[in-house]
Amino acid sequence: MPKNKNSFYIGLSILIFLTLFSIISRLIFDYQSDQQDLMNTFSTPSFEHLLGTDQYGRDVLIRISQATQLSFVLSLGITLTALIFGVTLGILAAYKGGTTDKFLGVICDILLALPGLLLVLVFLAFSPGDFLPLYLGLSLTLWIEFFKVSRAKTKSLLVEPYVESCKSLGFGFFYILKKLIIPKLLPMIFTISTFAMSTAIIAISSLSAISVGIQPPTAELGSMIVEVLPYYEEEPMLVLLPSFVIFLIVLALQLMSKRRDYA
Amino acid sequence: MTNIFYKRLFQVIIVALISSSIGFLMMHLLPGDIAMRIAAGRYGPDGLSAEIAQSVRVELGLNRPLYEQYFLSIFNFLKLDLGYSLVSGQSVIEELRVQLGYSLLLALSSFIVSLFIAIPLGIYTATTKNRFVNTIMMYLSIIIRAIPPFVLALILILIFSIWFNILPPAGFENWKYFVLPTLTLSLGLAAVSNRLINDSMNDVQNSSYFKYGRYKGLSQNITIRRHGIKNTLIPLVSFLALQSVYLIEGVVVVETIFAFPGIGHALVHAIVARDIPMIQGTILIMGLIFVFINVFVDILALYLDPRLKEKKDA
Repeated sequence: MPKNKNSFYIGLSILIFLTLFSIISRLIFDYQSDQQDLMNTFSTPSFEHLLGTDQYGRDVLIRISQATQLSFVLSLGITLTALIFGVTLGILAAYKGGTTDKFLGVICDILLALPGLLLVLVFLAFSPGDFLPLYLGLSLTLWIEFFKVSRAKTKSLLVEPYVESCKSLGFGFFYILKKLIIPKLLPMIFTISTFAMSTAIIAISSLSAISVGIQPPTAELGSMIVEVLPYYEEEPMLVLLPSFVIFLIVLALQLMSKRRDYA
Repeated sequence: MTNIFYKRLFQVIIVALISSSIGFLMMHLLPGDIAMRIAAGRYGPDGLSAEIAQSVRVELGLNRPLYEQYFLSIFNFLKLDLGYSLVSGQSVIEELRVQLGYSLLLALSSFIVSLFIAIPLGIYTATTKNRFVNTIMMYLSIIIRAIPPFVLALILILIFSIWFNILPPAGFENWKYFVLPTLTLSLGLAAVSNRLINDSMNDVQNSSYFKYGRYKGLSQNITIRRHGIKNTLIPLVSFLALQSVYLIEGVVVVETIFAFPGIGHALVHAIVARDIPMIQGTILIMGLIFVFINVFVDILALYLDPRLKEKKDA
């Protein structure tokens, strides 16, 4: 097991590197991600095209950096949605108990009846290739973990003597929430967020790789990989580069999560 | 105890409701006249006419009020009448039966291969004094876990189909086509479970019954075999539920990448082709299998660790 702190900083620096890479490369090179140059397909890396071009002569560097940004933004949006709903409802369920708690529990059971990816596929069946079903389906799958953990933790916090005494001293709900409960939830929320975000990134790229997610010509890491598959034998780098970027993002997120070695 | 089973029964009903309702919703939300599409699927675009479409409409009850159609679709569902594929015209149940066989074989063999990799490896890294091997295995597990299944599949294709040219990259004809999909899924599973077994074996080694076995003169190997392995595997059981999620999701992705004729590939294909009865059928079958695996895991966990039963009853 690598030291927690070290692996956190390694993961963080990978993420910072990828962010800088995708921003700077788009500042330096003035190509569009769908700008074709059919006289110049599969060109080897040069000063004009640092990573060469693909089967339509599109600049690989720009496409990778744009796809990286897309993955980041989309998975971050999904994770934040799941986080906000999950944690709010989790605290609510723990605080109210009774019917509210039962009702939310039943909703979780409903959503857990299908494995996450299948649920997303059900949504995608209505309009393959759209952002919305992808976003809705993944947020709906990922909020459950936030909900369950923050509900359990809040429940155990609420019966702690110091919270009880704070309540009987007359402090309001939001004060207790802000000062006593949320600070204790934060480390777990962080761990689940890294986990949720890497799940989202894997799901987004896998779904477009099996051509039901985001569709070409939008530069997306998964669809970029599959698009060049027919040329795999001649140009393995075009397949491996986007794969490597997905790997780096997921690895970085896993290193940052302060989870144990597995799970 | 009974609580769990009510929950699972509830989930079975939910799976049935979800899959029967998507069919209905898609029929009415998607653009285009569904009777025309079905008629075209059945008789080919050449034999298509307004009368034929009308006869299909009457036959399937598409001219009745919406609520009646919805109950009819659920009723047909309860009779396990899943209808006919809009693409191939074959009975959905018949198609699924064949595809499910392939998928179950793939999932099961992946699971078994993953155990053959993970159990010896996990026990070895926990019991060996060789720190180097342990570190290597740890980093290797972290790395493989960060690779999505479809990328792992492509890397294996590059190595075995393109560089060495010993295994076919896609399709299905004989057992050789089975190797790469199985390897992809089992590597992904083993990357997680070998660390789990390693940790669990470490716990067992520090337990008093294991130490006692050593003190009374049993050799390291015999103690591991007699007292170690069984206890080490207990945490793995509760982990089965998570692994089944990985397997079902992995089957969908990996089958599609390898063009393997299983149920996951069928689902993706049906979504792309908007083959509504097939989507319904695949979701139903995969959802039911998932719930049944969970029931099985619940029972197995209770059987292996009776303390859970007391806790639940209390």
